[in-house]
Amino acid sequence: MTTTNSTVSSVSEATASDAALRRFLHGLPGVDQVGAEQRAAGLGTRSIKTSAKAFAIDLAIQMVDLTTLEGSDTAGKVRTLAAKAMRPDPTDPTCPATAAVCVYPDMVPIAKKALKGSAVKVAAVATAFPSGRAALDIKLADTADAVEAGADEIDMVIDRGAFLSGRYLEVFEEIVAVKEACQGAHLKVIFETGELQTYDNVRRASWLAMLAGAHFIKTSTGKVQPAATLPVTLVMLEAVRDFREATGQMVGVKPAGGIRHSKDAIKYLVMVNEIAGEDWLDPDWFRFGASTLLNDLLMQRKKLTTGAYSGPDYVTLD
Amino acid sequence: MARLDVKKTYKLYIGGDFPRSESGRSYPVSKADGTFWANASQASRKDARDAVRAARAAFAGWSTKTAYNRGQVIYRIAEVAESRRDQFEAELRSAEAITAAQARTYVDAAIDRLVFYAGWADKIAQVVGGANPVSGPYLNHSAPEPSGVVAVVAPAGPLLGLVSVVAPVITTGNTCVVIASEPHPLTAITLAEVMATSDLPGGVVNVLTGSVAEIAPWLASHLDVNGLDLTGVTDPDLARTLEEAGAENLKRIRRPGLEDLLAPPPLDRMTKFLETKTVWHPMGV
Repeated sequence: MTTTNSTVSSVSEATASDAALRRFLHGLPGVDQVGAEQRAAGLGTRSIKTSAKAFAIDLAIQMVDLTTLEGSDTAGKVRTLAAKAMRPDPTDPTCPATAAVCVYPDMVPIAKKALKGSAVKVAAVATAFPSGRAALDIKLADTADAVEAGADEIDMVIDRGAFLSGRYLEVFEEIVAVKEACQGAHLKVIFETGELQTYDNVRRASWLAMLAGAHFIKTSTGKVQPAATLPVTLVMLEAVRDFREATGQMVGVKPAGGIRHSKDAIKYLVMVNEIAGEDWLDPDWFRFGASTLLNDLLMQRKKLTTGAYSGPDYVTLD
Repeated sequence: MARLDVKKTYKLYIGGDFPRSESGRSYPVSKADGTFWANASQASRKDARDAVRAARAAFAGWSTKTAYNRGQVIYRIAEVAESRRDQFEAELRSAEAITAAQARTYVDAAIDRLVFYAGWADKIAQVVGGANPVSGPYLNHSAPEPSGVVAVVAPAGPLLGLVSVVAPVITTGNTCVVIASEPHPLTAITLAEVMATSDLPGGVVNVLTGSVAEIAPWLASHLDVNGLDLTGVTDPDLARTLEEAGAENLKRIRRPGLEDLLAPPPLDRMTKFLETKTVWHPMGV
């Protein structure tokens, strides 16, 4: 458990100047690395079986942001993905839809059209994804384009270079500017935790993004190894829990990249419940950025309903 | 001071590793004279699932090796087994109460069987495939291809039983999950050690020990298993249930029947788990 030294007033004053922001972020308690890793590993050993497993699998399917972020993406692939998002298992009408599809901005109109009439949202990565190496006006134009095309959610990347060299206010103002460009769309802020080096930095980035008004904080782009890990997500879950305690505002968490098996997804859900609390066990507050995970969830779901192990011949190749 | 024996823990063979059963269970195995021999791992359905996953992962690499190369690898298993003759003979005598001469016969037969199938690897396509005469301007030929993952229930006969069912399945490019003979699992694990130290890629053969009645139904109903060899199923009711479960995804199933393992093996041990691809190619014009 962490305790923050922040009170409501210090949170509101934290962003007054570069110095105040630095003081605030560096005043956050350090992360006990061994402790965080042990806690994450310990929570991963919980046994989730039968009806609890069925609940977890259905919940995890509803939390999936079905993602395709390849240079080789085509309109046809995005339409296929959209069809899968709306009806992951065509043989079983009780199988829930996923939360969203996540694509590059130029694919947003195609995804939007394919998903018309369904509750599945369209998320677009913006701001010079995945490196974030572009001028601010280009990033803002990128965002505005995606929003105009109809994206419901924007996944932005922070400028890791600025963050690591300590220019926190610059990162803060960039998030604020992108949020403005988002208009009504939900903003997810990607840290690329694989590049942040330490858990302390993950905690600082989490607070920085939440102070700037992020709706969601997201671990990774999926383009850098390591991507999402349990301890990193644990640190972020602690941050959103503490942030709600300090300000009353709830922020969502999205681990992305490297989550391929149902067993991993269930470990994450256990951690959400234990660290952040039951309120976060909801597709509005917790998401998985994944593509292959969905197939494994569907195979496990099939195993629970039919009693026989399923195989990759019975799910789509994507 | 007396020396303490180093007792061996017999484990499973999955994906080239020797893990304990996920369930943590084991069962005692007796020698033919009724005395305790060792504990064997008692595999659970999750071990079976892991084994199928390992076999599936190994399939792409194994089935695309050249037939000639697969033959070499199987010959290599025979070579390594040959160097463990004494151990196999001693184990067979403990397990079955047979004479030294009988034990030697069985070990000879098992190693020779491996060499026999090693030779078949690059010849089976010529025997069961080939050019077909068709009435049209086409070159038409058929080639046998492996089915995928085959689940095998090995018959009694600690060494020869296992080799007789596993070798034909992998020779043609399939990968397999084999449930060793329930009363004689230890020699199967010794043979797994032979395979692990030969050139056979991990996952091509996966050996489970434990209750056939418990594990086999999970393999029979598994949708990622493409074939089922029921040679070692002695209970006709169980065989029937397994066949029914296997029909769900049209597995290729070889029914149990009385067989003299020392006799030359029938060709259908290989062909049962092959599917024929026929290609029509226009020619002339």
